[in-house]
Amino acid sequence: MTALISWLVLPLFAALAAIALPSRARLPAALLGVGLTVVASIWLTIEVWNTGAVTVSLGGWRPPIGIALRADGLGAALGVMTALVMVAVALAARHELAAKVAGPRIGFGFWPLMLLLWAALNAVYVARDLFNLYVGLELITLTAVALVAISGKAAAIAAALRYLLFALAGSLLYLAGVVLTYAAHGTLDISLLAARTVAPGDALALGLMTAGLLVKTALFPFHVWLPPAHSAAPAPASALLSALVPKASLLILLRIWFEAMPELATPMTQSALASLGALAVIWGGVLALLQSRLKLIVAYSTVAQLGYIFLVFPLAGGDGAAQPWAAGAWTGAIFQMLAHGLAKAAMFLAAGIYIAAIGSDRLGDMRGLARALPMTGFAFALASITLLGLPPSAGFTAKYLMMTAAFASGQWAWALVPAGGGLLAAAYLYRPLSAIFARDTALTPRPIPWAWQTVPLVLAALSVALGLLSSIPFEFLQIGRPEQAAEGL
Amino acid sequence: MSLVLDMALCALILGVGLATVAGHGVFRAVIFFITYGLLLAIGWARLGAYDVALAEAAISAGLTGVLLLAAHGRLRRLRAAEEAPLRPNLPAALVATGIALALGWAWFALPDPTAPDLTAALPQSGVGNPVTAVLLNFRAWDTLLEAIILLAALIGLWMLARDRAWDNPLGLRYHARAGGVMASFGRVLPPIGLIFGIYLVWAGAEMTGGAFQGGTVLAAVCLVSIMADVLPAPRIAQPAWRLALVFGPGVFLLSGVAGAVFAQGFLALPPELAKPAIVTIEAALTLSIAVTLVLLVIGPPDEGGQDA
Amino acid sequence: MNLTVFALTGAALVGLGVYGLIARVHMLRRIMAFNLIGSGLFLFFGAAGARGVGLDPIPQALIITGIVVALSASALAVGLVVALARSSGTACLPDEAGDT
Repeated sequence: MTALISWLVLPLFAALAAIALPSRARLPAALLGVGLTVVASIWLTIEVWNTGAVTVSLGGWRPPIGIALRADGLGAALGVMTALVMVAVALAARHELAAKVAGPRIGFGFWPLMLLLWAALNAVYVARDLFNLYVGLELITLTAVALVAISGKAAAIAAALRYLLFALAGSLLYLAGVVLTYAAHGTLDISLLAARTVAPGDALALGLMTAGLLVKTALFPFHVWLPPAHSAAPAPASALLSALVPKASLLILLRIWFEAMPELATPMTQSALASLGALAVIWGGVLALLQSRLKLIVAYSTVAQLGYIFLVFPLAGGDGAAQPWAAGAWTGAIFQMLAHGLAKAAMFLAAGIYIAAIGSDRLGDMRGLARALPMTGFAFALASITLLGLPPSAGFTAKYLMMTAAFASGQWAWALVPAGGGLLAAAYLYRPLSAIFARDTALTPRPIPWAWQTVPLVLAALSVALGLLSSIPFEFLQIGRPEQAAEGL
Repeated sequence: MSLVLDMALCALILGVGLATVAGHGVFRAVIFFITYGLLLAIGWARLGAYDVALAEAAISAGLTGVLLLAAHGRLRRLRAAEEAPLRPNLPAALVATGIALALGWAWFALPDPTAPDLTAALPQSGVGNPVTAVLLNFRAWDTLLEAIILLAALIGLWMLARDRAWDNPLGLRYHARAGGVMASFGRVLPPIGLIFGIYLVWAGAEMTGGAFQGGTVLAAVCLVSIMADVLPAPRIAQPAWRLALVFGPGVFLLSGVAGAVFAQGFLALPPELAKPAIVTIEAALTLSIAVTLVLLVIGPPDEGGQDA
Repeated sequence: MNLTVFALTGAALVGLGVYGLIARVHMLRRIMAFNLIGSGLFLFFGAAGARGVGLDPIPQALIITGIVVALSASALAVGLVVALARSSGTACLPDEAGDT
């Protein structure tokens, strides 16, 4: 329990310190907070591994009076992935967004926003109360929108405002579902809701919450806000926005569909969600293919990569949840969340290095950059392997698990999505890779500190290594899995 | 009789809400919006939810209204306050009607009410007002995150400043004429408002009131003082203001951790200490909420009154 | 019966807000529309919480939290609208500003 609480409060304390302390103490305080929170997330993971899911009733009040938290394998795994991305972003931001480079405004604001975002993500990963999840989502939204706008450019302001518009619309839809749920059942606790008597309005509540969360996750056709927002932010902020922020709403979607109201899932709704996911894979991939700026390609690729995860609904949900293949599909989807998080953060941080080096992320300006900055080129290539789903990366494990589940359950059509999406990803990642690794070059980029260059490389390497060591996380992710699905193992 | 009254009130709320959406001119819409919030506060009082009524009037009508008015003023100077006339939009009308009908249907489909039984928990909570008990004891985690959200909004707002204006005083400069209405108002109102705001926080433990409502009143006092030049406009570089921002959430967080170390768990309040603990947390929160709200209203640092 | 009046008013306010959100392009209008939707949902919630014996305090507490969250979001949104007008001269989003 101590680990869970430390993991929640440390980023909050660090954020408050970063706001209150004078400028020379800000960075040390923020970095100390980052370090301590990483330790807490590892500690929590060990505790979950040793003793199973960790449950806490806050203030000693059990639901439905109070709010319960529960760190299961899924929540703790996302927590570790988040910690890794946060460390990398902090190390990159130390160079890229330092006050003397980016100005005192960004030098002040980035750190508290990053730490508050971290606190909100951690709070969402373990929350068991639908309204508490709403509050957490809103904290994520406000910090994320501020991070989009932080560069101060006109395009960034417009992108941030559009993002806020969509995110608030999503929040209200979600809130409408929460209101209906409490009005019908007198509780918002996920575990208590799982044991409720179904009310006629539940399908509407689930539909409203789902619609809101889909907008926030930027699933096709609600994705239009994402690419401009993610590409307008400074690269370290983009890494947070693309690798982490959509995972929070996606996680809530999994919680309500698999834990709170699993009996409402019908084959039709599950197929509808997966179809939108498939369309996202195609549409995001095609648009990524048409972009000429690196950050936009990487941002559109997020739209596509998030699409895969929605295959989990027909492959692991509803009547199929008790089947043996469900565990594989569930784990595959989570692997995709983890792999995408690490690889996407690595890509944006690599893009940040290139922008710092040559002041542009147009593919035409980037030709031959790998010669001057080989580590960054290598990092981008490694991260691409994960997004393509090539062995031995974690992206491969994710796709392999989902395709196996698709064949085992006789829903082989869904197996076409990872296969086709991989080809599309090869096409849209070929262009930046061929530009970076081109032979012709007369570039003299600004020198980049060695310590900064290693950051995306380590993240990208981790996204591959996660696939090599996939048996450990596979077992870990089963901890605290929704009951009815776990029985099928 | 009361049914007729409620129906009339609701009809008025809907009419003013319609004017906010469809009426002509952004400025008039803002005025309608403020009226709407005040009418809704009456509605909350009719439902017996006095704490919500106070929050609706102070925060939704009052503060959001001031924010919108200030923004409208700035947009007018930037020549961006004009808007295209409303054209009938059939898809929007269909979506809106669909959602409203769905919610209406859901109301009639609700099963018999079930509410958590708080009779055993309330005497342990340390306060007599059940809403305060929920906000600061049973669901304190929500309230803590909510205070953090307010702070996050302010940091986000500051990020919209221009780099060259970062060290300037916050907001546009106001100049109150010496001896004018604003200047004397600014000297008379603050003491009265201060007492009323502190009373709301204190009363919130047993009756209607609370940190957010009291903080809003204190924020109004502080704003008037700044506008009347009684208080100087704050700057981000001043540590006292930043300390005041984090003080409330910090105290709340520390008391939560103290609960984990000395009591049953994070955010736990032992029944015998709950009342003083809640009053302390509320007092600290009120200060920070008031300062945060003031700074949210006056906006990011600006370039000497010229927006363009 | 009185509660039904408030609940249906809440539902109608949500509808009004949704219409305003989609049909109006000036961002201040949209911020107001958001607040209409939120307050409509809260009114529905408050009416639902008043159905039992006595008033359920939990919905009231959640509504107060929701009101503060809505204010925070509105404050950031208003700031963004002013910043947008300062940088691009309009308070409407780029692809919707054409008919101003």
